[in-house]
Amino acid sequence: MKAVVTVVGKDKSGIIAHVTSFLAEKGANVEDISQTILQDWFVMIMLADTGDTPLTDLRKGAEKLGEKIGVNISIQHEDIFTAMHRI
Amino acid sequence: MLSFNKNEILETIRMIDSENLDVRTVTMALSLFDCVGRDADETADLVYRKIVSRAGNLVKVSNEIAETYGVPIVNKRVSVTPVSLIGARVGGYEKLCKALDSAAKEIGIDFIGGYSALVHKGMTAFERDFIDSIPAAIASTQKVCASVNVGSTRSGINMDAVRLMGEKIKALAERTASTGGSGCAKLVVFCNAVEDNPFMAGAFNGPGEGDAVINVGVSGPGVVSCALRNLGKSADLLAVAEEIKRTAFKITRVGQLVASEAAKRLDAQFGIVDLSLAPTPKVGDSVAQILEEMGLESVGAAGTTACLAILNDAVKKGGVMASSSVGGLSGAFIPVSEDDGMIRAVRRGALTLEKLEAMTCVCSVGLDMIAVPGSTSAATLSAIIADECAIGMINNKTTAVRVIPAPGKDVGDEVEFGGLLGRAPVMPVNPYSAAEFIARGGRVPAPVHSLKN
Repeated sequence: MKAVVTVVGKDKSGIIAHVTSFLAEKGANVEDISQTILQDWFVMIMLADTGDTPLTDLRKGAEKLGEKIGVNISIQHEDIFTAMHRI
Repeated sequence: MLSFNKNEILETIRMIDSENLDVRTVTMALSLFDCVGRDADETADLVYRKIVSRAGNLVKVSNEIAETYGVPIVNKRVSVTPVSLIGARVGGYEKLCKALDSAAKEIGIDFIGGYSALVHKGMTAFERDFIDSIPAAIASTQKVCASVNVGSTRSGINMDAVRLMGEKIKALAERTASTGGSGCAKLVVFCNAVEDNPFMAGAFNGPGEGDAVINVGVSGPGVVSCALRNLGKSADLLAVAEEIKRTAFKITRVGQLVASEAAKRLDAQFGIVDLSLAPTPKVGDSVAQILEEMGLESVGAAGTTACLAILNDAVKKGGVMASSSVGGLSGAFIPVSEDDGMIRAVRRGALTLEKLEAMTCVCSVGLDMIAVPGSTSAATLSAIIADECAIGMINNKTTAVRVIPAPGKDVGDEVEFGGLLGRAPVMPVNPYSAAEFIARGGRVPAPVHSLKN
């Protein structure tokens, strides 16, 4: 299934590397990535194909990683955005 | 490729993470018409078996859906055919109530609704027996919710039932005196009850509904008040209404997604999405806060009814296009004990019972989760019910009374119910009597605008 991964936190080096290698370890394939800095805040949004990995597993791992590197990582099913923002 | 822009994505994440967007309840409505046995014991057994076999997976599937979409599903519930009808021939209502309670415990849901009767025009002997059973049945069970429909726009108000319900509320409060009369939180009296409501205490599966139907209640007062805060104080009321509509649309779409997925996975029919702004005692999850965000110093101030009317209407308009089937009560709930902002308004003397009554003319239901002094007479409780029913009957809307005459408590005291039911400051009631009016009994005739055919 497709998931939207959102990473928000204070900017520092290595965030993209940490998050993408975590996703690769879990067997998720990053299909699109967009990243900006808004007033010192790092905002990265990725579209990932999670393959067979359940979202719950991904979320648990992401929470741990987020705590370790000091950012907030959220992983959401693509359908929720389609429901809310597309008619 | 990402087909959403950054703002859309961040808005959704914010709604779920910090503004308390949730699916308040996935309610499976079950018909019990095929559970009538030869006697009460057999009927109770059939009722238990049907609920456990048909809704056994409700909690598991709801949790899986919540995990898939990352949206919390707070409550999982079951509603059933009004039990007064199921026991019409076999009686034994308390046994049936215990069967509902055991089934609810077995499948791990938080409430089961449908210990109900529809007596808005007349009352049969078995319905009278059923109503008599309510205080003992509800006081001796944990998860069963009761409701009685005593009036409708089409048929008027059954004042004999209204009188009885005042007495039953009082009796139920006394039976649960050790917990502040908390049994009354599980009993609601309706006018124009809806048959597909997923919310408790008033959920039941109407006789005109299907066999297993998924009705979903979506909430999100926190999301709406944040949207209004971001809109700013200078926006005019058309802009305010538009913002509420837009937000309600998005919230309802989440409900639609969850409801259709739940129906599919549980092999049930998709019923309705009920978009009701249902507050919880959590800070920031308050309907009162939305009204204050619209420009009131405190909910209860002059202007409260107008603000609530705007909110209720905009919520419906936003929700209606977002789902293939909007139903239930859809609008804004105004329970006192479950809403941090309402509780504070009562404490500071800004919100009275009379103002709440006016608000029920324009909110989605009625007087909800209000504690009154334990000394309030049954006749006065009936008169409060009669007032609410009159509002519902004349205005063609659902109204309800869920009031707790807290034993031994008086104005100034507070009653703690715990959990989502919250805590209620005891509110003063007009001390003058309506006993003679209530003692008359009979029926309030249906209004002239009921003659539509």
